Amino acid sequence: MGRGCAESMESMARLREICKDVRADIVRMTAAAGSGHPGGSLSAVEAMTVLYFNVMNHRPAEPEWPDRDRFFLSKGHACPVLYSVMARSGYFPVEELLTLRKCGTRLQGHPSCKTLPGIEVSSGSLGQGLSIANGFALSAKINRKDYRAYCLMGDGELQEGQIWEAIMTAAHYKLDNVCAIVDYNGLQIDGDVEKVMGLAPIQQKWESFNWNVIEADGHDLTALQAAYESAARTKGKPSVIIMKTIKGKGISFMENVAGWHGKAPNSEELRQALAEIYGKEN
Amino acid sequence: MDVKMLPTRDGYGHGLLELGATNPDVLVLDADLAKSTRSDWFAAKYPDRFFDIGIAEQDMIGTAAGLSLGGKIPFATTYGVFVAGRAWDQIRTTVCYSNLNVKIAGAHGGISAGGDGATHQALEDIALMRVLPNMRVIVPCDAIEARKATVAAGNIQGPCFLRFAREATPVFTTEGDFFAIGKANVLRNGNDATIIAAGPIVYEALQAFDLLAAEGISVRVINMHTIKPLDEDAVLAAARETGAIVTAEEAQINGGLGGAVSEILARHQPTPVEMVGIADTFLECGTPEELAEKYGLTAKYLVNAVKKAIARK
Repeated sequence: MGRGCAESMESMARLREICKDVRADIVRMTAAAGSGHPGGSLSAVEAMTVLYFNVMNHRPAEPEWPDRDRFFLSKGHACPVLYSVMARSGYFPVEELLTLRKCGTRLQGHPSCKTLPGIEVSSGSLGQGLSIANGFALSAKINRKDYRAYCLMGDGELQEGQIWEAIMTAAHYKLDNVCAIVDYNGLQIDGDVEKVMGLAPIQQKWESFNWNVIEADGHDLTALQAAYESAARTKGKPSVIIMKTIKGKGISFMENVAGWHGKAPNSEELRQALAEIYGKEN
Repeated sequence: MDVKMLPTRDGYGHGLLELGATNPDVLVLDADLAKSTRSDWFAAKYPDRFFDIGIAEQDMIGTAAGLSLGGKIPFATTYGVFVAGRAWDQIRTTVCYSNLNVKIAGAHGGISAGGDGATHQALEDIALMRVLPNMRVIVPCDAIEARKATVAAGNIQGPCFLRFAREATPVFTTEGDFFAIGKANVLRNGNDATIIAAGPIVYEALQAFDLLAAEGISVRVINMHTIKPLDEDAVLAAARETGAIVTAEEAQINGGLGGAVSEILARHQPTPVEMVGIADTFLECGTPEELAEKYGLTAKYLVNAVKKAIARK
């Protein structure tokens, strides 16, 4: 099996079940922490689940495995979704998720490579991940290795100038081992992305910077799997998956509400969220 | 005195060539200033290991960070004023917080970019870099030491900031002189006061030593090439044994070497300190010699500072 497909793959039905658990983890852990970022974590659940279970070559029991694909969470505030897929794929016990943001935890409020094996680099200040992914991908080219670099960014994050520097660099050095993912949920802290600082047309911007642009429904597991595989097949230029998503996806009162960017659910909201996720009272 | 003149950036260029020959993992990045920074010497010899990132300092630091994650030893190179200022958050969050093996070379430090004026004079770089956990800050005093510092930085793990100058300055150390990051070099011995200097201004400190000796004042001269980690033992011994300190640097005193030395002394060995350097101001264009004279960075100002410090004993 080539790059862009994990050595062992889960069925789409199984991934759908994992996605429910990941959503539940996100609301549980932010509720337990009393703070955190559920909205932009929930929008990336499917992309991260497909990536960690069916796309990346990695060994959760051996996080330092040198030939692993690397994942860079440029939008570091979405770490609840990262921590969840890491725990669920075997990096650490699922119970540890509830230590999020607590003093002494390995699960810092924004990811820290100092504390948690499997985090490649600390992040949280926006706009920096793609440059790092590029540098890593360049080292892979120099080392003649076929591991790949994945980088998840927010759409609002594209307002950072450094992102566009990195977009130029990846295309200039033909880093076809870079796969960027844009979580295009249309909302940022201050409101609609297009009202705060317009980015449209995002697709054309990336295309004109000489990237292979793949559009996908960010909540369609099959479409995401195909998008990752298409990116891995594309040679000579980097690929970006621009995935249309819903911020707060899967929890009715959080969907498309910018206010849930950085707010934790209270106990009643948590109960309701879990009921919606699992389709019954929990 | 007839002394050979070379810019410390040449030492950087030679250091990179030496590293390039011995370690295939050493890479060099630049942000469109390769000729000025001397990274073009490495580029000419090792074109496959040189990457121009264009005029994009933040992306250069991030790219260097990613390269280091792939086992490479990247030297990210540009003018100090741009890399330390514009890319500070990238250096803080990505490089230092993650403790990555990224080397940062800040060229045209201090007043050496004289004619370009205040926008291009890196005066805050030392303060900005020194405050970052995990960072090392090295300011070589001449081209020979600059080469050694470059090689030494390439041979240790973790973030380093190296400062180089544009203008040719006296070469007064020798190939055989001991150099180790974090270990100060005592160049002259004396009992009445100590001048602790970093960078090409160390040469002015040696001139001041001679001028003071002619007046019967004996000073210790310390080349504090590593501002972080500061050689605290050398500072405290100087304070204890000579009782008065003068710091000398081509940078803002606030947060610079003057600040670093004062922090140690205030905590452990309160001692009169006079500081020669840039006193909380932006400069202007002019030749480095004109600026050194106008802003008080020459031997005669050091002489006055030493006398003031001694008077405060």
